[in-house]
Amino acid sequence: MNHSISLTVNGARREFVLDDPRVTLLDLLRERLHLTGTKKGCDRGQCGACTILVDGKRINSCLALAISHDGADILTIEGVARGDQLHPVQAAFIAHDGFQCGFCTPGQIMSAIGMMQEAQAGNDPERIRECMSGNLCRCGAYAGIVDAVQEAQGRMDETNQRRSA
Amino acid sequence: MKQFDYVRPATVAEAVSAAAQPGAVYLAAGTNLLDLMKGGVSRPDRLVDVTHLHGLDQIETLADGSLRIGALVSNADLAHDANFAKSYPAVAEALLSGASAQLRNAATVGGNLLQRTRCAYFYDTASRCNKREPGSGCDARDGENRGHAVLGWSESCIATHPSDFCVPLVALDAVVEIEGRSGRREIALEELHRLPGQTPERESALEPGDLIVAVRLLAAARGFATHARYLKVRERTSYAFAVVSAAAALRIENGKIAEARLALGGVAAKPWRARAAEDVLRNVAPTADAFQEAAWRALTDAKPSGDNAFKIELARRIVVRALTLAAAGTPARIPALPASPFASTSGAIHA
Repeated sequence: MNHSISLTVNGARREFVLDDPRVTLLDLLRERLHLTGTKKGCDRGQCGACTILVDGKRINSCLALAISHDGADILTIEGVARGDQLHPVQAAFIAHDGFQCGFCTPGQIMSAIGMMQEAQAGNDPERIRECMSGNLCRCGAYAGIVDAVQEAQGRMDETNQRRSA
Repeated sequence: MKQFDYVRPATVAEAVSAAAQPGAVYLAAGTNLLDLMKGGVSRPDRLVDVTHLHGLDQIETLADGSLRIGALVSNADLAHDANFAKSYPAVAEALLSGASAQLRNAATVGGNLLQRTRCAYFYDTASRCNKREPGSGCDARDGENRGHAVLGWSESCIATHPSDFCVPLVALDAVVEIEGRSGRREIALEELHRLPGQTPERESALEPGDLIVAVRLLAAARGFATHARYLKVRERTSYAFAVVSAAAALRIENGKIAEARLALGGVAAKPWRARAAEDVLRNVAPTADAFQEAAWRALTDAKPSGDNAFKIELARRIVVRALTLAAAGTPARIPALPASPFASTSGAIHA
């Protein structure tokens, strides 16, 4: 039986006909939309490489059935920059060498963006490490990742202060 | 993953009816179920998706002062609900010590209660497992079993229940609201999970079609809010299941413990309420000696199921330390490393 679902992906509304309910959000993004920035690492919710934002919250897209997320608003790594202008978290990852091979990086960046919106960690490196523990980096670029997130958080705080001043 | 039919009921009644059929299971976030299905451990014929049902994602204070938490509230939304975290801080700390931020954003209250054991032999379809395939045997019994149960286990099954959330919930007498084929009923969380006995495949008191719709925390449990902690030893500091954990909650009046609550995680097939330990803590001063006595009582019936005798001594020490932390007072803010013995603000030395 075919199932029709509708998703908003990086701001654009898309309709899909699923001929199989087993399709995950991860596979839908990669295989149907060719948005391959979202990575399939473990495919079992253990590595965080597939992290995306669904309705503003970071989740593992490998453990989410597309059919169950009918109507959801999805943000992937392809949707965070504004044209050629990198998202502040992307720029901070480059500035602080927050990666080596780069495979985990889209997931790390999406997780960091989600974390900053959750506003639980602030600028505390210990809280940032704890709040980012769902993203593994086998190259061990963790020190750069924490520095990058701290800088991006600091810039966001400054921007918010300027806005409220 | 085996092929399945997908059903999205419009009402709770429709859901119960659809899920009462043989081979049907409920789908909430799916963070555990999809993992099990990908590994061929769970092979349902039908998924009944409850995530679109209305009214199950609310947190509400009832007229009697209790807090009713809808089964579809996410672990993260609950942990960060200010009223909940202030009233039941050990439960919030337990939630934040579990899984990762991504999983907590998705995983639901009801799903957390019903998550399956992480016993590696349960997950490995090439192994014998009485829980996965009744009567096949238990390869954990003579296998790698240092993480397995030390309380309530049987020769059929030595698996543990992996939830952190359930440990302080059972300590605080949480109630589970269930919608079933014969209507609404409620049971104590302590009665939800079953010990393995000869039927480890029967993990809970739920009948076919039963849907957990809410968990309720009683108003009286708020009385422990100023002295309540969850402490969890893991093999890494974050994003790992408990080797052993403990929830400790005290009501201290005039320098004495008026009432104590204690439960252990990672030690049995259910969250383990330690009533004998609670009894020896009534009307005594919160001293190290009293906590040692309580720890001894909590583990009186413990016995190793394999290479895990260390967990009994570890559990005693975790009990003493959790009680010590609870007596010192609930911190104003949950530590950066929730429930961790390595947290810089934990305030207690090694027991």
